[in-house]
Amino acid sequence: MPDLKELYDAVVRGDARTTQAITQQALAEGVDPLKLVNECMIPAMDEVGRRFECNEYFVPELLISARAMKSALELVRPILTARGDEPMGRVAIGTVRGDLHDIGKNLVASLLEGGGFEVIDLGVNVAPEKFIATITEKQANIVAMSALLTTTMPAMKTTIEGLRQAGVRDKVKVLIGGAPITQQYADEIGADGYSESAVGAVALAKKAMGAG
Amino acid sequence: MHPLIQQLLAQGPVITDGAWGTQLQERGLSLGEFPDTWNLTHADKVAEVARAYVQAGSQVILTNTFGANRIRLGDHAAAGAVSEINRRGVEISRAAAAGRARVFASMGPTGKLLMNGDVTRDAMGDAFAEQARALAKGGADALVVETMSDLDEAVLAIAAALETGLPVVACMVFDSGKDKDRTMMGATPEQAARTLTQAGADVIGANCGQGIAGFVAIARRLRAATERPLWLKPNAGLPAMVEGRPQYSTAPEEFAGYVPKLVELGAAFVGGCCGARPDFITAIRRQLNR
Repeated sequence: MPDLKELYDAVVRGDARTTQAITQQALAEGVDPLKLVNECMIPAMDEVGRRFECNEYFVPELLISARAMKSALELVRPILTARGDEPMGRVAIGTVRGDLHDIGKNLVASLLEGGGFEVIDLGVNVAPEKFIATITEKQANIVAMSALLTTTMPAMKTTIEGLRQAGVRDKVKVLIGGAPITQQYADEIGADGYSESAVGAVALAKKAMGAG
Repeated sequence: MHPLIQQLLAQGPVITDGAWGTQLQERGLSLGEFPDTWNLTHADKVAEVARAYVQAGSQVILTNTFGANRIRLGDHAAAGAVSEINRRGVEISRAAAAGRARVFASMGPTGKLLMNGDVTRDAMGDAFAEQARALAKGGADALVVETMSDLDEAVLAIAAALETGLPVVACMVFDSGKDKDRTMMGATPEQAARTLTQAGADVIGANCGQGIAGFVAIARRLRAATERPLWLKPNAGLPAMVEGRPQYSTAPEEFAGYVPKLVELGAAFVGGCCGARPDFITAIRRQLNR
C-alpha cells in the first residue's frame, strides 16, 4: 500500500504529478477512495488553508495545492459517482449582475473544488435567473455570490429575492463574499453565510452542507 | 537613467498627485461606473481633477486611464474605444498641466490572474501594448505601471510600456501577509525591486495597499534592493466602510509629516493613492518648503 502521508505532503506542497501518481496507485491497490479523500486530501487542504491564514502561504501556493487536489479528485470522482457517493455539495458560483471582477470568485471556486465540491462556475455579471436555472437544472445545493463593488452589492439582495420568488430559496444555502461585504450585510439581506477569505469560504460551505 | 527622469530629479524629490477615482466620484461618478470612459463623456470633469492637482503643486500628474486596457474595459467600451479613451486621457491631463507639470500616464492591472488561466500571457501583453501605444500617441511624458499585485503581470506591462521608448515607472501593491509587506502573490519588496529593475523599469516603487506609516519600512527595503529612483504613493490610511462608502482616516498634515522620512530613505517621487486629495499635495508641498 502506498504511503498516504506522502499523498498528504504532495497536496500540501502542490505537487500534482505525485498526488496523481499516489492516488492512482492507491486506487489500483484497492484503497477506499473515500478514505483517500477524507483522511488525506481534505486534511491536506485544511493544512494549506492554515498556512495561508498564518501568512506562510500566499495565493500562488493556494492555487497550486488546489490544482493538485483537483487532479486527484478527477481520478476518484468517477469511482465515487459509480457507486452512488455524492460530492460534498454542488455549488453554483458567480459574480453578481453588474460586476465584472473575478479574481476572488475564481480563487474561491478553485478552493471549493479542492475541498471536494462540484463547482458550477457561472462567470461574472450573473443575472438572478441564471442562478435560479442552475439550482433547478443542476440541483445545486449552494449559491455562492461575489461582489467587489459597493454599487453591485445590492444585486446580492435582488438575487436572493429572485430565488424566493422562484420558490427555490429553501433548496439552497446562500453564501456571499467580496471586499465590501460584511457579516452584518449578509444578515441584512438574509444570506446564510459570509466569509471574509477564500479559505474561510470552504469551511463555510462545508458547514452549510452540515459537514465540518 | 532616462534623461527626462534625470532632469526631473535634478531639483530634488518630485511631488506627484493623489487619487483620481474619489475625486471623480465627488463630481458625480457613481461608484460602479467605469471612470475611464469619462474621458469621452465628461472630459470637463476629468480636467477639473487634473487642474486641481496642478494647482495644488503636483509636478507630475497622472491620467484617468488606470483601467483602460482591453481586458478590464470588457463590456464597458467597444474595442475601438480603447485607444480613444487612452489618447483622450493624456490630452486632458496635458491641457490641464499646461506646461506646469509632466504627464505620466497610468496603466493599471487587467483584473485577471495569469496563474489561474483567466487570460493568456499573449492576450495580456497585447492589451498592455495597445494601451501603451495609445498613451504615447496622446503625448505622455512617461508611463506608470501601477497598483500591480502580480510581478508576472507587471513585467508584461513594463515590456509593453518600454516599447514606446518613454521612461517607465513600475510600482506594486504591498497589502498581504501579517506585516502587509507582501504582494497578493507573496512577493517581498526585495523580490519586487529586483524583478522590476531587471524588467527594465526606470523608476520602481509601491503604491496603494496601506497607509503611509507602513511605507517607511517598504521604502527602506526597496532602497536596499535597487539603485533605481523610488516612486511612492501610499493610501491615506486603511479604509473603513461607513454607510457603504470607504472612509480614509489619515489627515493631510499627518500624511505629509511622513514625507521627509520617505525622502530621507530615498523617495524620488512622492504622492498619494486612495483617499489622498489635492489638499494632501498642498500639505506635502508645504512640508518640503516649496
